[in-house]
Order: sequence, then C-alpha cells, then structure tokens
Amino acid sequence: MGEEFVALSLPPILIGCLAALACALPGNFLLLRRQALIGDAISHVVLPGIVLGFLVTGTSSTWPMMLGAAIAAVVAVVLIETVRRVGRIEPGAAMGVVFTTLFAAGVLLLEQSDTSSVHLDVEHALYGNLESLIWLDATGWSSLWDPVALAWLPPELTRMAVVLVIVALFIAVLWRPLAISTFDEGFARSLGLPVSALGLALVIVSAIAAVAAFDAVGSIIVIAMFICPPAAARMMTDRLAVQVGWSMLFAVISAVLGYVIAGYGPLWLGYADAVSAAGMIATISGLILGAAALWGPKRRGAQS
Amino acid sequence: MMGQMFGLGYNVILVATGAGLLGLAAGGIGAFLFLRKRSLVSDAISHATLPGVALAFLVMVALGGDGRNLIGLMGGAALSSLAGLVIVHWLDRRTRLGEDAAIGAVLSVFFGFGIVLLTVIQTIGAGRQAGLESFLLGSTAGMLRSDAIIIAVGGALALAACALLRRPMTLVSFDPEYAATQGMRPARIDMAMMALALAVTVVGLKVVGLILIVALLILSPVAARFWTERSEVVALLAGLIGGVSGAAGAVISSLAPDLPTGPIIVLVAAAIFAVSLVLAPQRGVLAGVIAQFQFRRRVHRRQGLLAVAQGQPIYEPYTQRLLRQEGLIRRDGVATSDGQAAAERAALDERRWHMLRGLPEAAPMAARYDGLTPIETVLTADQIADLDRRLTAEGAA
Amino acid sequence: MTDAQLPLQVRGLTVSYGASPAVFSADMRVEPGAMTAIIGPNGAGKSTLLKAVLGIVPALSGQVTVYGKPLDKQRSRIAYVPQRASVDWDFPTRVIDVVQMGLYRQLGLLRRITGRHRSLAMDCLDQVGMADFADRQIGQLSGGQQQRVFLARSLAQGADLYLLDEPFAGVDAATEKAIIDVLKSLKDEGRTILAVHHDLSTVPDYFDRVYIINKSPVAEGPVAEAFTQDALQRAYGGRLASGLLDQLFPVAEAAPAPGFPARTA
Repeated sequence: MGEEFVALSLPPILIGCLAALACALPGNFLLLRRQALIGDAISHVVLPGIVLGFLVTGTSSTWPMMLGAAIAAVVAVVLIETVRRVGRIEPGAAMGVVFTTLFAAGVLLLEQSDTSSVHLDVEHALYGNLESLIWLDATGWSSLWDPVALAWLPPELTRMAVVLVIVALFIAVLWRPLAISTFDEGFARSLGLPVSALGLALVIVSAIAAVAAFDAVGSIIVIAMFICPPAAARMMTDRLAVQVGWSMLFAVISAVLGYVIAGYGPLWLGYADAVSAAGMIATISGLILGAAALWGPKRRGAQS
Repeated sequence: MMGQMFGLGYNVILVATGAGLLGLAAGGIGAFLFLRKRSLVSDAISHATLPGVALAFLVMVALGGDGRNLIGLMGGAALSSLAGLVIVHWLDRRTRLGEDAAIGAVLSVFFGFGIVLLTVIQTIGAGRQAGLESFLLGSTAGMLRSDAIIIAVGGALALAACALLRRPMTLVSFDPEYAATQGMRPARIDMAMMALALAVTVVGLKVVGLILIVALLILSPVAARFWTERSEVVALLAGLIGGVSGAAGAVISSLAPDLPTGPIIVLVAAAIFAVSLVLAPQRGVLAGVIAQFQFRRRVHRRQGLLAVAQGQPIYEPYTQRLLRQEGLIRRDGVATSDGQAAAERAALDERRWHMLRGLPEAAPMAARYDGLTPIETVLTADQIADLDRRLTAEGAA
Repeated sequence: MTDAQLPLQVRGLTVSYGASPAVFSADMRVEPGAMTAIIGPNGAGKSTLLKAVLGIVPALSGQVTVYGKPLDKQRSRIAYVPQRASVDWDFPTRVIDVVQMGLYRQLGLLRRITGRHRSLAMDCLDQVGMADFADRQIGQLSGGQQQRVFLARSLAQGADLYLLDEPFAGVDAATEKAIIDVLKSLKDEGRTILAVHHDLSTVPDYFDRVYIINKSPVAEGPVAEAFTQDALQRAYGGRLASGLLDQLFPVAEAAPAPGFPARTA
C-alpha cells in the first residue's frame, strides 16, 4: 500500500493541494473586489498563450509555453481594461468579449498547426493530467528521505511549490495595502497607495498561479479554486485573515478528497477505471460551497 | 439546388441557415442581457449544460437507446443549465455572494462535474462515447441531416420568441421600475429573457460548442452598442451582427478541413466587434481620442485666456505652448494683440455668465454654464444686450 | 502668510468625466485653523473637487499645493473621510481594524501592530463615542456609527488638514452632534477642516468659512461675507426653496429687476 501510494497518489495529491492553495489565496481578494471571474477569463486565454509559445519556439518544453500563457494572461487583462474604459462597456461584458475571442483564436491556432506530435490539445488544457504526475522512483515512504529518488520527483511538484511560495509572499507582504484598497479605494488613494498598480499586480500574480496550476492540473480546477474555497470561506467569518484561513482549508480538503474519490471511488464501486480527478476536485469544492451557503454562520450579508 | 450551384452541400446550407438564425436570436437576446448588465450569466448557463448532456447520454443508453439522439441531449442540457441558473440566482439572492462569484462557482463546478461524467461514460461504455467532446467546441463535420434541421428549426423558434417578447424586454432592460408601473413584472420578463438565452445556448451547443456559445450572446450586442444609443436598435443590430457571423462562420468553416465552426463564428463576430470598437463614430476609440484631445485643448485655451485677461501668470506648460502656437502670446508670455482681443472676449463671456447666474428668472439658462459653453449659444442677441446693460449699470455703480 | 502655512491652495483646477467639465478652473485658498464648508447644488462638482485635490480622480489641468508643497510630499499631513456610500460595508473586517487603517503610514507593510497602536486606535474610537463597538463587524453598524468610525480612522492619521466628503449625509442627530464636537475640538487644537456640506441651514453654526461652487467657484470667504443670498442664487439658480432663503436671510436683499426675457433653451 505504502509503496504504491507514495509513487502513484502522493505526488498528484500534493500537486493538487499546492495548485488549489496558489489559486485560492489571491482568489480571496478577487472575490472581495468583485473580480471573481478574472480567474475564469485568465484560464480561457491560457490556451492561445501556450499554443503561441509552442509555435514561436517550436519546442514543447514547459517554460516557453508557460511564458506564452503568462503573456497571454497579461495581454487579456490589459485588453479587458481597454474595452471597459475606452469603450465604456460594463466589466462582465468586456471580460466576455475578450476571453471568448482569445479562446476561439487559440482553438483555431491549435487546429491549424501541427501539434499532433506533442501533448497539446484542448482536452488536456481543460482537464490537465493530474493522474499522470507520478513518482516512479519512489519505493515507499522511505523515498521521501532518499535524495536520489527525490531528484526524480515530477517537476510540476517543484514548480507548483515555487509558485505557491511566490503567491503567498506577495499576499503576505502586500496584505495591508491590498486590504485597504479593496475596502476603501478612495481612502487608499488619499494615503498615496498605488491603487491601480496594486490591482494589476494582484491580477498578474493570479495569472502566474493560474498558468502554473493549469500546466499541472488543467483549467477547471483553476477556475473552481479561484472562486469556490474563498466564496465558501466568506460565509464562515467576518474577518479577513480568518476567511483566508478557511479558504486554504477548503482548498486542501477539495484537492485531497477530490483526488481520493476520483481515484478510489470507482474501485470501491467495482469499476476498473478512475474518473477525472480535476473534475472531481471542482465538484467537491462546489459541494463545500453549497454546504457553506446553506449552513455557514455568516452566509447572509450585512445589508441583505 | 442553389447550394450545389455555389459548390456548397445541402447540409452546409442547412447548417449555415441554422447558425444564421441562431446568431440572429442570440444577438437579440444577448442585447437585452447586456443592457441588464448580466451578460456573463450566459457563461454559467452554457457551462452548466455539460452534466446534462452527459447524464442524458447515460440515461438514453441505460434505456437501450442510441445515446446520441440530439433532442434527448438538448433536453438534458436544458435541464442542467436550468438548475445552474436557479443556483446562480439563489446564491446571489440568499447569500452574501455577488452575482459574479455565483456565476464563477456554478460554471466551474457544473463543468467539473460534467467532466467527471464524461470520464464515467468512457469507463462504462467504452467505444460508445460517440464524440460527446464535440459539444465542447462544436462541430458540423459529419452532422446528420436531421440534426441540421433540428438546429435550423430551433434557431427559428428562438428568433420568433425573441421577436415576440422584444417590447417588454426593451422596457424592462431600459427602466424596470417604469415597466412595473405599466403592469409588467420585471422579474418574470427577466426569467423569460434567461429562458430564451438558455434556449439559444442549447440549440447552439452542437454547432458552436458550450465554451464559445456565450460569445454569440456577448460579442454581437457589445459590437452593436458602439453604433447607437437606442436599446431597440442595439437589439436589432446585435441580431444582424450575430446572424451574419453565424452564417458566414458556418460557410467559411465548411471550406477547409481544419476550420472548426465555433471558433470561426466567434472570430467573425470578434472582427466586427474590433472594427466597431475602433471606428464607431460616437463611442469608438478613435472618435473618443480625438474628442478628448480637442476637449483638453478647449479647457487649456479658455483657462489661459482668462489668466491673460486677469493679468495672472500662466502656470501650465501645455497652456503656454498652446497659446504660443496660436499666436496669442509671445515667447516671453506677453499677450499679442490677437491674444489681448481673444482674452477680452473670454473675460466678457465670463462676466456675462456671472451676471446671468445672478438672475433668478434666468436659472434654466444659467444651469447650462460649464465654463466652456459660449453664452451666444444659450442666449439671443437681445438677451445678451440686456445683460450688457446690466453689466454697464453695475460697473457705473 | 507664507505658502508653507497655507494648508491648501488650488489654482486653475479643471476636472472632467466626459465631454463637459465637472469642475472648471477652480481656485481655492483654505485658511489655517478654520472650518471651511464646500457648498453648492447637486452635481456642482463639490466631491469631485475634493477628490481631485487628493489625486483620487485625475485633473485635466491645475495645481494643488498642501502647506506649500506638492501633495505627494505632504500625504502624512492630510486625512480624508470619504463618503460613506463609497465603500463595501460587507467587507470582512472589524471596527478596530478600520481605525487601524489610519495608522498605515506609521505601520507600513510589515511592522507589527503593538499595544501602543491598539490603544491609539481605541482612543480615537473613544473620541467619537464608539469604543464599545471596537470588535463589531462593520456591516452591523448603523449609518451614523459607520460615519463615526470613518472619523475615528481619520483621527488616527494625526493629520493637520482634514478633508471630509459629506460627513453629515444620512446620519442621525446624535452622530451629527458627536461629529461636529470632534471637528470643533480639532479646530481648537489648531487643525484645519474642509468639508463638503449639503445642509445650508447649519452652515453659519458649524463653519467659519465657505467655498461656494457650481462648476466654477462662485464665492469664497468668511461666512459673514461670502455666504450671501446673491452668491447662493448664483450657485443654486432656481433650486433653492424660498422658505430656506427667508430663514437664512430674514431681511430680504433687494430683488433684481424683473422682466428678464425667458427663453426655452
């Protein structure tokens, strides 16, 4: 049991947790800023980004594609702002215009280019390949202390861990300005805080989290983790720090439970194959949100 | 056949007709969603169709059917997206979450659950999966004739319903409170609006795919909005843009093998949007930049001239440059004779406004003061002469 | 008086949200140690003027100096109380946390909140009579209580110049009294107060000076000199109830000659 678990299940579960945390952390602030759907928009434009990254560099290695995705995310955010400000279009519609167009362009590029030789398709972009992130060199729990085996951990694990550290540092260092400018933008500006730059930085950090997580686990988890754990946490408390804590707990529960149910659930029911872990993680996060919406102690707003 | 004359197959004609009708209906409905600032609700609706499609497939297979019956799949899609819509509404109303969070939660969770069901289908009915993935991105390749007919008829029905409900929807999206005084129930009209959006989504699933169908509901109305300020015209134009995009996209995608229908339709609409964004005469970017530039000039010119008239220094470099370029001040900042004359005119205008604003009877006219409007555009020559007499009298006193 | 003593000076400030100016060519001098009211009809640009002074909305032209220097060098000497309606009161935070936001310039990004900061914040809450509410969630407060919390936050900033946007809008009588008492004691300490104000009937009681504006400034000066029927007429046009004018100016000034030819614009 231990051997198989450490080699086949532990790495995907860890990666799932790291990805969920990296998205849920900035998701708290996006939620409070009524920008919850930015995560949705970003994860749609990741597709054209990676296709372009592939076409420009001609390699299917991870870094060019992640760079392409990150650039696409920033371009999308700038485009959304432009359409909203210059065209005077409400934010939701501006977002819809930009991400559908870029996603359509991405699909077309993908169909037009010869990407059959590499592992690049729409399904992969959506579901990710969490189940395939295995650690073949692990022979059991003892491998966790074996430097030779550790060197062969899936690279996604290291990458996701680094990104989570970046995201967490960003949130921790800029906690006060983020909180002040989210609560009271006018006051934040009167203090001389760079409010617009802060907003953009938050979106860029979210994009970094989304791109890294997307590479490991697909875009469904990304959208779900940006919104569901923070939204559920919002209904548990009226204090920001506590809310962020709850959201992290919910993110980890979704990732672990989702993976376990997807991987072992069908076996328990007598079927041979597992179901999509990414989809199941999103589903569990939705169930948690549903429970919080029904029974959370702070589910009602102050004014409603 | 016409189609064969143009080298297009009968199916392509049918699909293009269906996509055109669908685009028309989607643009029209989308316009009302857009005017109600609820465009992205359609994103939740469309993603929420996936579990319904998968469940309908499973049920039909369990009942011994084919599983690929389009009507059955559409029925399942409609039911699950209705559930998604109800949940969005509930989260928005009954909890402290905003509509944006509710939309995002529903779309990601329903979609995730749909993906789980798709893998279940793979697991238990391997080989019979029958390309449900095509519902993600839409596909017309190898479409059955009966499917094409269903889509054309569905598009026509959605369009007819939209045309039937356009008056109440216009009223409600323009002014819900007034609509309520007219005996309408805005909540019901909103519901009808959502039902129509749902219908368009379900009909469009097979052609455009559930990820991109929302584009038809958003892109065309946003593009249309640039050309007009009137809501009925927005709806009409949006329908037109949607119809053209749908039909043209379907035809273009039939011309070559690697041109998927959904993305092409979206990109045609996006191109129309881009042109509108840049070139529209009033709200377009180009017009806006020019207007802003001219406005800034007027403000600085007027402020500079008033400063000259009052013998104050001009602080702003831009104002100095502007007045120099127009030959109103010299390099050293002293006014030229033209500049003096212009400054006196501006000062006189300002004095007249000041006098006018002191007259209670003239309040409606005085309210048009904004620092830039010349008084001649508000008053008649007689009225100005009257103001000048008062100014002279005041000066004497 | 040197510029360095002048709390706020504005020259030629123009702000626009669209194709027409919201504030046109406003000049303003705020005298030290006085309470000044910015008054004018709805849509006259009062709040816009205040926000442009603080750099919250961009200005098309104009200069702002605070105690003789550009605003960015003097942020620590000003405190701003926004309109209550401008923030999300459902935000997950407590009253005491909001007041501690006023300490941001002391705390910076990472400095820990110590007992000293907490007791300072509690003092500020005490001054506005809200000390008992420190641990409440802000959404549970009434409108007047929210306004007092905002005032406490500005007290925590320890500024020399206080800018308030409609501090009395939609508050109960007790809150109005509490706020004006705090503002008057600030004035007694030599601090300067500039507030957007909408209730003309309380201007003479509350304020020393007025700044009357409708797009561009109409009058500026001590209440006794600048707060006249003529100036209000110029700013408000026909929008003032004659009852209010009679109450404010019991002895009617000579009415202007009648018979100005009306014309529909």
